[in-house]
Amino acid sequence: MQYLFKTRYEDDVRFLAKSGEKIRVGLVVLFMLAAPLMLQDYYLAELGLLLVYAIAGIGLMILTGFTGQVSFGHAAFLGIGAYSHSILMARAVPFSLSILITILIAGLVGMIIGRSASKMHGFYLAIATLAFAILIETVFGEWKSLTGGHAGLAVPALKVFGVTLAKVWQQYYVDLVMAGIVIWGASNLFRAPTGRAFIAVRDSELSARSLGVNVEWVKIQAFGVSAAITALAGALLAHQLTFLAPDVFGVLESLKLLLMIVVGGLGSILGAVFGAIFVSVLPVAISFLKDVLPPSIGQKAGLEPLLFGTIIVLFIVFEPLGIYGRWLKLRFFFETFPYYRKASFVRQKSYLKTERMR
Amino acid sequence: MSTPQMLSVRNLSIEFGGVHAVDDVSFDVQPGEVFAIIGPNGAGKSTIFNLISRFYEPTAGSIFYGEHDLLELPAHRIVRMGIGRTFQNIELFEQATVLQNLLVGRHRHMRSNPFREFLFLPGVKKDELVHRRKVEDVIDLLEIARYRDQRISDLPYGARKNVELARALCAEPTLLLLDEPASGLNTEETDDVSFWLEDIKHDLGVTIVMVEHDMNLVARVADRVLAINNGKVIAIGTPDEIRDNVEVQHAYLGAAA
Amino acid sequence: MLPMSDVIHLAITGIAQGCAYGLIALGFVLIYKATEVVNFAHGEFMMLGAFAVLTFSEVLGWGFWPAFGLGCLSIGAVGYLVDAQIMRRIIGQSQASVFILTVAFGFIFRSLAGMIFGWNTQSLDTPFDGRIALGGGIEIGTDRLAIVGATVVLVGALYLFFARTRVGIAMQAASQNQLAAFYMGIPVKRLISFTWAIGAMIAAAAGALLAPVTQVDTTIGFLGIKALSGAIIGGFGSIPGALLGCLLIGLIEPFADYYVPSIKGVSAYVVMLLVLFIRPEGLISQTYQKKA
Repeated sequence: MQYLFKTRYEDDVRFLAKSGEKIRVGLVVLFMLAAPLMLQDYYLAELGLLLVYAIAGIGLMILTGFTGQVSFGHAAFLGIGAYSHSILMARAVPFSLSILITILIAGLVGMIIGRSASKMHGFYLAIATLAFAILIETVFGEWKSLTGGHAGLAVPALKVFGVTLAKVWQQYYVDLVMAGIVIWGASNLFRAPTGRAFIAVRDSELSARSLGVNVEWVKIQAFGVSAAITALAGALLAHQLTFLAPDVFGVLESLKLLLMIVVGGLGSILGAVFGAIFVSVLPVAISFLKDVLPPSIGQKAGLEPLLFGTIIVLFIVFEPLGIYGRWLKLRFFFETFPYYRKASFVRQKSYLKTERMR
Repeated sequence: MSTPQMLSVRNLSIEFGGVHAVDDVSFDVQPGEVFAIIGPNGAGKSTIFNLISRFYEPTAGSIFYGEHDLLELPAHRIVRMGIGRTFQNIELFEQATVLQNLLVGRHRHMRSNPFREFLFLPGVKKDELVHRRKVEDVIDLLEIARYRDQRISDLPYGARKNVELARALCAEPTLLLLDEPASGLNTEETDDVSFWLEDIKHDLGVTIVMVEHDMNLVARVADRVLAINNGKVIAIGTPDEIRDNVEVQHAYLGAAA
Repeated sequence: MLPMSDVIHLAITGIAQGCAYGLIALGFVLIYKATEVVNFAHGEFMMLGAFAVLTFSEVLGWGFWPAFGLGCLSIGAVGYLVDAQIMRRIIGQSQASVFILTVAFGFIFRSLAGMIFGWNTQSLDTPFDGRIALGGGIEIGTDRLAIVGATVVLVGALYLFFARTRVGIAMQAASQNQLAAFYMGIPVKRLISFTWAIGAMIAAAAGALLAPVTQVDTTIGFLGIKALSGAIIGGFGSIPGALLGCLLIGLIEPFADYYVPSIKGVSAYVVMLLVLFIRPEGLISQTYQKKA
């Protein structure tokens, strides 16, 4: 194990504590900045999409991974972001203002959902968010004067401070800057009181309350922050898609977001990023599978949701900490080599404790 | 009595589906004392704590802390009055580190504003450092420095008990409710607890109310003892008086004793 | 305004539909009460059940009733296996993970069903194809009556099972405190798997009985979400509450679809969200606060 010799309290507060982390993050940032020089437009666009999904993943991660509030309908916020941004842009609202308004709208809607969520028992919330997403999808389809209904809505060109950014690399840098801000900001949140209160509510509402955390307000905040960040991703996604239709933001999209955070690793910002990488690579793997598998299976419709589902099951059963957990183990393995033992990460046995009050 | 009461509980009652879990209980706690509540399993000891913490709504009675009527406050405001607590079945934030747990303990003294923290403005860092220092004092007091960066789920039972006590102390309470601080601990660990309780009482000037089964510990640290059974008060007095009380013996050993 | 006879007709269809939701909700509540897991794949058990009965009766031609029995049994086995092989391993993980897991199961089942049985809508012939006149020009299909009948019978049977039989009482004990039940010599693991089997069987029966109304395809599992909405409106903690909520949803739906066609198909969710916004614990509230 890499021992950290902390000599000042600042060491506990710093953004990146270990020297290895600094080097790794530096290398990644360098690569991301230089990517347009090295990659073809197709791959660059994919990388941009990955960044957008990383933002959306962080949005959901804050709510589900850190605050323990399951949302089965987060694609709704993605949709709210995409539609509201496109509609505003189409009415000649400048990019930055449009993003700001979009974030505020989504944040507000999130807080309203959060208000009722704060009084709901766990799975009531899951169902309520699912129903909310189905409703929002219906609204996108029915409110034709604003959204174009099922015929779809063309997204205006990306224009920042009056400069049209039509090239792939220009759009990529917009995504990169936004992703950078969100990753940094979300990490900040979790080394400060608000983020810790989120975690406290996730792990034990009871003791959070006894320590002065206003649990209801924390849930409202978590929903607000989560919805705002996810809507930002939605706005950026709109520019990637260039054309919006209601069914883009359906139940399968919500599942994809959940898949991301579960596979990436619940309860870590890095996990959301890993998850985004995973879902970006997945379609490539699926198209590869389609070629390899016998056509009777490979060409059948429904292969994608089947794989989504199976991967989620496998991860939850065998690696609940996701790719992030794997990563920790791998790092631990190298840092302690050759002293790694399997027992270092054995899960404790547990049994169901009822949450019903008797 | 002329001394000011710190906590005064009057005619407190609560019913769960017709069962009187706490039935017309009254007692006072004076500043600076260690007040123990004893009784057989299911006597209603923890329920009294949960009533003071405002987790349950009493069916009758009142709870005053100094001049403040606690029944007017929501649960999360109780610690702001200066009342900290621990739980019988350790309620820590399992997936967080010891340090994070203790910092949540400081929540009462913290400002939280997501916008400031998202940008990590200089003020946020300054506050964090102040709280970090306070937390370290508690870590020193309870000797849990070696667990500082470990996750709770990796800690042994005894350490968890200490961390929970530490977390309650981080809130800098004036009144501390301890729900079975020594349950599940071995003799050595229990000795540690009794020394700490003395320290907390004398050095930090914290008043302690504790629920405890270990009569030796109670006799060692408690100034006064309240014995309850079936939700009712059966005796109140010094540890020696309680030990010799016939009704208390009946409650524990049954009518045959 | 609608003429009175139409109102009555809509109301009767509504009640029958409500019973259908109730029938599905029964399985949800059963599994929830035993394990505190909400099985979001329950609608998919129902879908699988419909397909299984369809395969046995139409494709293999064994007749409706033998196919019905076999279909229920085989889905029961699937339910048992899901618990014994998967759910049992993740006890103690966060509720969030458990929800996500069952949702993932739903997707797996739906895709598998589509791949095996095809994505087209198919119809299942049942013995219930007549109509019975109720007088005043109003009639009701026997298929609907069968659903109402099955709901009543199953609720009664389940009540007797949990109140009277040894296994049922042991199941109740296990649902209250697993560890204590285990110490009392109750085979908790097997009982829980058994509960899953019963829940899945009820779902399969519902699927087969609903087939004349809904037809059979891979999307009928979404009825499960509606049933869940109904159960939540009523209050999930008790079977009567859940049934009441489902009846309510069933009654509101046809009228909402008639008067507000733009929310056709999703009115149940509107109602649920409204109820939850006003009363976050459902109409019949229960204390769900964690014990301190």
